Amino acid sequence: MKSIYSRVLKATLLLAMLGLVACASDKVTLLPGADGSTGAVAVLSDDGGAVAVIDKPYQVANVRDGSVSTEQSDAASVSAQYGSVLEGLPPALSNYILYFQTGTTVLTDESMPKLSTLLEEVRTRPGSEVQVTGHTDTVGSLEDNDALSLQRAETVRNLLVERGLDPSLASAVGRGERELLVQTEDNVDEERNRRVEVTVR
Amino acid sequence: MRILTIKALAVCAATTVLLTGTAMADIGRVKISVGEASIERGGELIPAKPGLVLDEKDVLVTGANGRLGVTFVDNSRFSAGPNSRVELTEFTFNPTTHDGGFETDVQAGTLAIISGQIAKKTPDAMKVRTPTTILGVRGTEFVVEVAN
Repeated sequence: MKSIYSRVLKATLLLAMLGLVACASDKVTLLPGADGSTGAVAVLSDDGGAVAVIDKPYQVANVRDGSVSTEQSDAASVSAQYGSVLEGLPPALSNYILYFQTGTTVLTDESMPKLSTLLEEVRTRPGSEVQVTGHTDTVGSLEDNDALSLQRAETVRNLLVERGLDPSLASAVGRGERELLVQTEDNVDEERNRRVEVTVR
Repeated sequence: MRILTIKALAVCAATTVLLTGTAMADIGRVKISVGEASIERGGELIPAKPGLVLDEKDVLVTGANGRLGVTFVDNSRFSAGPNSRVELTEFTFNPTTHDGGFETDVQAGTLAIISGQIAKKTPDAMKVRTPTTILGVRGTEFVVEVAN
């Protein structure tokens, strides 16, 4: 004869299992970035305020029915749990920096050979595309530099298309003076900032 | 009469193409597709081949043996594990200023994320929704798992 206790226990277990099935739970695990720095992820409330923030490598936030708890995991457990999904991330992009001969739209002798190297990468990288981004130094107005940087980007995009790049895979963008390679004051002539970056993604 | 109808149809078709043309912003592309992996667009399932251009509102869908790796024009990268449903709810991006908004809805499964220029420019401009919460992304690499 089964005791009343075991029946109660069974019923409780069943209820607990039903409860687990009914309430969804989400888990967020923060990882160290490729550059060694770690960012942060905030669990937000409906009004956009942060309820909890995880900002350490392998820190975990568990969210269940509106309540958040955090815990510390480690590289080995995270790799065991998420190894395959992390390996499934597409590879990091490649960046090629190209320079023009001063005052022209002609690439420097050092930059020219990079075109064929990057086109070779486009051919071998699955599903790849190319973004050409123009940059200027801080001489001139923001608007003029936006226009100039886009022109430089389009020049390089055309060079790539002439060399066989499918135009539907190539976009041109001007960043103007927003992303200086060498930090300077405004209105400083700096040739290292007058460049085009080609991103193979 | 018949000619008129045909003309009207032609105009309709042209308008549709035009509208589709403007709506089709290239927000990203499929890079890796393993096993059962597709893109759900307007109720249709499209096989997720590398190079396939993604659009706002697309849903990444994987089966029990499936995996899907995609990149976005702001350099964000996603990897969806098996049995996942991930909707690309909202994606706006200005490549000149890097201002934008990126909202993803992880409805099921597992999603690894490396955030890009949208999150770098404006913290919390990239958001990830799950069935129980909203996450604000402040950079850069993390995994979201939804257990139903």
